[in-house]
Order: sequence, then C-alpha cells, then structure tokens
Amino acid sequence: MDAEMIKRKATIINKAQLAPDIYRMSFETDLCKEAKPGQFVMVYPPDGAKLLGRPVCIATADEEKLDIVFRVIGKGTKEIAACNAGDVLFIEGPLGNGYPMGEDTVRDKSLVLLGGGLGAPSLLFLAKKLAEKDSQYRAYKSITAILGYRDRSLNHFLAEDFEKLGIKTIIATDDGSEGIHGNVIDAVKSKEIKADIICACGPMPMLSAVKKYAAENKAEAYISLEERMACGVGVCLGCVTKTVNKDLHSHVNNARVCTEGPVFNAIDVDI
Amino acid sequence: MEEHQKKQNPDLTVQFAGHTFKNPITVASGTFGSGIEYSRFVDLNMLGAITTKGVSDKPWEGNPTPRVTETPSGMMNAIGLQNPGIDVFIERDLKFLEAYDVPVIVNICGHSTEEYEAVVERLADDDRVTMLEINVSCPNVKQGAIQFGTNPDMLTEVTGRCKAKAKDKPVIMKLTPNVTSIAEMAKAAEAGGADGISLINTLTAMKIDIYKREFVLANKTGGLSGPAIHPVAVRMVYEASHAVNIPVIGMGGVASAEDAIEMMMAGATMVAVGMMNFTEPDITIRIIEGIKAYMADTGTERISDIIGML
Repeated sequence: MDAEMIKRKATIINKAQLAPDIYRMSFETDLCKEAKPGQFVMVYPPDGAKLLGRPVCIATADEEKLDIVFRVIGKGTKEIAACNAGDVLFIEGPLGNGYPMGEDTVRDKSLVLLGGGLGAPSLLFLAKKLAEKDSQYRAYKSITAILGYRDRSLNHFLAEDFEKLGIKTIIATDDGSEGIHGNVIDAVKSKEIKADIICACGPMPMLSAVKKYAAENKAEAYISLEERMACGVGVCLGCVTKTVNKDLHSHVNNARVCTEGPVFNAIDVDI
Repeated sequence: MEEHQKKQNPDLTVQFAGHTFKNPITVASGTFGSGIEYSRFVDLNMLGAITTKGVSDKPWEGNPTPRVTETPSGMMNAIGLQNPGIDVFIERDLKFLEAYDVPVIVNICGHSTEEYEAVVERLADDDRVTMLEINVSCPNVKQGAIQFGTNPDMLTEVTGRCKAKAKDKPVIMKLTPNVTSIAEMAKAAEAGGADGISLINTLTAMKIDIYKREFVLANKTGGLSGPAIHPVAVRMVYEASHAVNIPVIGMGGVASAEDAIEMMMAGATMVAVGMMNFTEPDITIRIIEGIKAYMADTGTERISDIIGML
C-alpha cells in the first residue's frame, strides 16, 4: 500500500492573503518531497461537516513545505481560508499526473507559461522547477510567463514570484486596468511571443483558446483542467473530460481529470 | 479464559444467500471502483466482500459534467454509470481481484432486461464472482435502471429473468428509495426469486446555483448520498427486511461502526459503506475494528445475533 498518498494531517505554517478572496497557505508535510508541478492535493475543510476534500493545485513545494494558493468560492474554501498558522488540516496527495518534463525534446525550444486567474499557482511550481540550477529543463531557449487577471484589484498575485525566479513575466488584465489589455492569448499575439511549447492553466474558455492557438501555430500545448471532484483518486468518475481517444479507465472518451490529468496534451482533449 | 477469548476474538461472520462472509462490511457499488485505486489505501482482504461498480454489456459513456456536488452532510452525483463494459471488466478488473482473498459481488446495470441478462450470463460460470447485484435503481440513467425498480411487476419480471441466467450465483436486487412503499418492492424482488436485496440506492435530488441561475449538475437531478440519508436508509432497511424472508445488504450514509451496527439491528445482514469512502479511504477497515470494539464492550459474541433484533 502506498502509505504516502493517504489522507494525513498537515500543519499550517503560514497564511497570507494575496488579493481579495485569494490566499496562500504553507503546510509542513512530508508530501512536499514527492510533489511534482501540476499535481494537486485534496484539502479537507476543518470543521468536519463538509465531507469532501477540495482539490487545490500545488503552488510550490520544496524539502520542507508545500504551498497552495486558492480562491474562496464556497463554504468549504471559506472554512479553509479562516485557518491560521498552527492550525492542522487533513490533506491528501500529491494527486494527478503533473506537467510533462520532456528532457531532450525541449532543447532550443521556447516555452510559454500561460496562467489565467487561479491558473498561475500550478505554473509557479513548474517555473520554480525550471529555474533550479541543476534542472534539465534549463535547456529551453527561452521561458516566458504570461499571467492574466480580471483586473488590477487582484494585485497581479504571484507575478513577483515568477520574476524572482528570473523568468520574463508579462501581465494582462481583462479590462486593461493593468498590463496588456486582454487575455493571455491576446498578450502572446500582441507581444509576438514565440511559443514552441505552452503549459497553461486557467478557466475553460481560456484553455479552449490555448488549444486553438496551439493548433494554428503548430505549438505543443499542455493544459491543466479543473473539474468538480469527489474522491480525487480515480474511483468516482465524477471529474471526467471529453477525450479524442478512448480513455484508460472506461474506454469511452471520458478521461478522469484527477488521474489521467489534470494535465493533458491539448490535442488529446475535446474541449 | 474461554470468556476472555471470546471477547478477544468476536465472531464477525455472517451468512448471506448460502455464503459465509468473514465480516458484514462491504462497499456500495460505484464508490470503490473494483478496488484497483483504493487498494493503495485499504487491504482489500480485510473486507467482508468487495462490491464492484456497475458494469453493463457494452461500455457506457455516462453523463456530461458537472457530475458531482457536495450537499449538507452528503453529496449528489449524476455519473450515469460510466463503465468500460463487461469485456474489459472481466479481463482487467476480475483479473486484478484474483490476487485477493475477498468475495466479489458484481453490480450489473442495463437499459433493458436483455442487457442485464447478457451480463449475468457472462458471469454465471465465473468462479471469481460470489454474488450478483442487479442495479434496478440508478436515478441517473434515462432508460431502464430505475424504471425496473419502481414498478413491482417489472421488478419481479427482471429478477426472474436474471435468476434464470445466473445458475448458482445468488442474485441480489438493489432497490431504490424513490418509491412509495419499499416493502412492496422488497416483496416484488422476493417474488421474482431474488436471493437477497440491497438498499438504499441514492435519493433523487436537485441543487440550483442561485447566482449562476442554473442547475449545479448537468443532469439537473442527481442521487443524494452520504450521512444525510442514513436515517432514511435505516427506516427503509427495517421496513424491507421485515417484509421478506431473504437477507438484506443495508447501505446509505454509513460513516461509523455505530451506523453499521444500527443498520444490522434494523435488519441488514451485511452493510455497505458508500460515499464515506471518498472522505476516509480506509473507513471500512476502521468500521470493522469499531464493530469488534463494540462487541467487546457489550459482550456480543456473534455479530449475527444482532441482525434484525428490533
């Protein structure tokens, strides 16, 4: 049995509010050592009345801690956000596949990270791994992060974390109140950014646009999907996405986002 | 000394449809897959039986998403019985379960009597299968399923047809709570020759997002499960078990050893844990341990003594 995946206690060691309703939380947990970019954890609301975990992507992890960044969207996330340093929550993970880390294939390629809203956190972890000194991913010719926000009230949360890693970071807002006026694809086009490989996370309309852009521009795109989940481990079949080919589990073109995903090659999903 | 040993080794075995199970705890179909995923968390050999997710004769796509949502003390689902069909199930899932020493109850779904029969036939001679559970109660499939489970004559008919194809395999009919009289449906299954019944499947429910002004689930309605429905399930297990002479697998929001014991006192011979597997992947094991502790505390030597005691 895979003991490290079981639901377990994790102590909050830091909480910060990044923007209205958006929080960053650091946990002291053994899970940090196994986590890969693009994976997620199930975080269980603390009071016990709510029974299902909330799937949240891993924003960074190192030898000592694991960070999540999430938005309060309902009662469960509100309960989680009300916790403070020293409090203990149950978490389960790391779950899901994560972003592919193509070794030789990335040499001399331009990588673009596209994060829309709460898509930025999963890409931050990827950026961190890419920026590590001994990273084989440093073979990329260039890495650019483009972060899209609704408007300036979101304080371009996490953008500075990307910049600190030495990654060129471009900000776009839907209403033009900060950075480029438009979405992340608008920013790619207006800045004429070359994208051989795209890793993207964000709302579904954005990911559909990324899939389309990648197809038109002959880029590889890996997109991280979000779907409502119950179990998080591939049992309930609640979180499926339409796929072009037969899925591994049911052979009906409905892959499990929690297990076969959350990261898919855009050409494999029918979104 | 003898008394002490009894307390240390309480007898958890139960008899169901001619088979002896090492303990009364199984899982509710659809909440545990075929055990492949949860085998990372749970020693499957500890379970009284494993009940697999509904399998049909051909692969089923299931419903559009969103398929699941949390509700107070429970959840709603409208998966729509997505499954790979009996061919893959036999080659992959039953193959996987060969490595375990746990009885297998295969849940079967279909849109028509012929579809149920086709799957029953495929499993009737398979030694890896202990019992068959016929899902005539899924609220999330447009054709078949629940229609068979809400009309007593149709239920008797489909039960008889499945029994005729099942050879020596006991046939359990899984009943829906979405009926006026559960006792009448239990009798209808018994009249068709069922070897047992299991209940309750989920309660048909609806949730609306008042800000988006739309249904939360793409299917509009979904099946409500979890602790919220447990008292309803206990009542229905009581009513159904007292209406028939065949054994009952009780299920519905079981979240603790206490809930399982309550279900058995109401009349269940075995108890299935459902939605709570999602919350506590190893909850079945802890429920079995909790039943042992209850037996030691109360001087209960055989768990079978409490079945239907009220």
